Amino acid sequence: MTELLVGTRKGLFALRGTVGEPLEIAVRAFPGEVVEYAVRDPRTGRTFASVTNGQFGPRLMFTEDPELGEWTQAKGPAFPEDIDASVVRTWVVMPGEADGLLYAGVDPAALFISTDNGETWELNRGLWNVPTRPEWNPGLGGLALHSICPWPADPSRLAVGISAAGVWLTEDGGATWRTGYTGLVPEYLPEDMREGTHALCVHNMRRSPVRPERLFRQFHGSVYRSDDTGETWNDIAAGLPDGFGFPIVIDPADPDAAFVIPLDGAFDRATPGGRVAVYETRDAGATWNARGEGLPQRDTWLTILRQAFGSDGDEPQSLAFGSTSGTVFASADGGASWALAFDRLPLVTSVRFA
Amino acid sequence: MAVVTLRAPLKDLAGGSSDIEVDGATVGAAIRALESEHPKLTGWILDEQGRIRRHVNVFVNGERMREDAQLHATDRLHILPSISGGSR
Repeated sequence: MTELLVGTRKGLFALRGTVGEPLEIAVRAFPGEVVEYAVRDPRTGRTFASVTNGQFGPRLMFTEDPELGEWTQAKGPAFPEDIDASVVRTWVVMPGEADGLLYAGVDPAALFISTDNGETWELNRGLWNVPTRPEWNPGLGGLALHSICPWPADPSRLAVGISAAGVWLTEDGGATWRTGYTGLVPEYLPEDMREGTHALCVHNMRRSPVRPERLFRQFHGSVYRSDDTGETWNDIAAGLPDGFGFPIVIDPADPDAAFVIPLDGAFDRATPGGRVAVYETRDAGATWNARGEGLPQRDTWLTILRQAFGSDGDEPQSLAFGSTSGTVFASADGGASWALAFDRLPLVTSVRFA
Repeated sequence: MAVVTLRAPLKDLAGGSSDIEVDGATVGAAIRALESEHPKLTGWILDEQGRIRRHVNVFVNGERMREDAQLHATDRLHILPSISGGSR
């Protein structure tokens, strides 16, 4: 039995069943509210849901109930009183590399840290206070810290991705941060404005757990790989129908593997030519192969948001993604073949295997 | 003490109470007191800086007020979500 946690614009859905067959809705929680992101911490079994109410604002909820019935509101993420900012939404919750350690990324771009399994949260002031912050500008989705990449077994090392303020790296547990900008080409800016800009629109970023110096990144207009912990980046989009897309997924067992879902340019932002395909590389981006068996190949214009593509990390890996039009597809064989999991959900914001 | 009237979903978060007596010299202080009495309301009306959320309306004796408005013992507060929507 597989469980998918699917965040949508109208609540959280837990889809259960066998990947490769239609799934069933087992639970719906938070009706009428946006569930930006939902994830289960495999260490504790605690499920987190980032909920944004149109009137009453954001909150982070958690539960130990496998049926997702009784939820508790976390104390935070919230800015301390000496900082004139308030959380707009929580984009991501990520288990860390120490007991009880979790990270949360929010809009406006900030990292919050919990050391008690997500019950209370504290702002990471090192990143908040970087001198260039006044020069940061939001992307269309806000000034979002949406990608958090821990280093296996070392909680002092972390990479985070911000739209639209690039990648930031720490090796001292967040006390100090430096940029990981080298090699990125923001083609959406005039050439004479690219040098030294902070307007680097990271869409999603993942780290290989078996070769942690390697990261893959879906950027605004291209796909990149870093082999030196995020210091420098190499464009690996050649062979894709378009470099644009939002999510990126890796295979935790294969440091050369990554999966993207290309979209048509920065303006249409839909599956190119009305065909849906996941593209896979098994050689670190030297070549890409379309993995579309079972996915619609005509008259289908989907948009897949940055957190709406997940994997279970098993071998073979199961994969699943959801679209803004409410369709969810899943693969039980590492992306070789796909099947419709559910097709009538609200706009899908996130998909994670529980 | 002033009396605050809540509707769903705030009423549910306050344990089903719709009319609650609150103490406070200002609207913001009264809402903070309400949060202390009913912690599940924390963050729903005021953001972390103590500002009334953009899409929440607080009326005092029928007049919309901000968090720094003075409050008197005979005042009656209504806390309502704004009539907004349509974009989502």
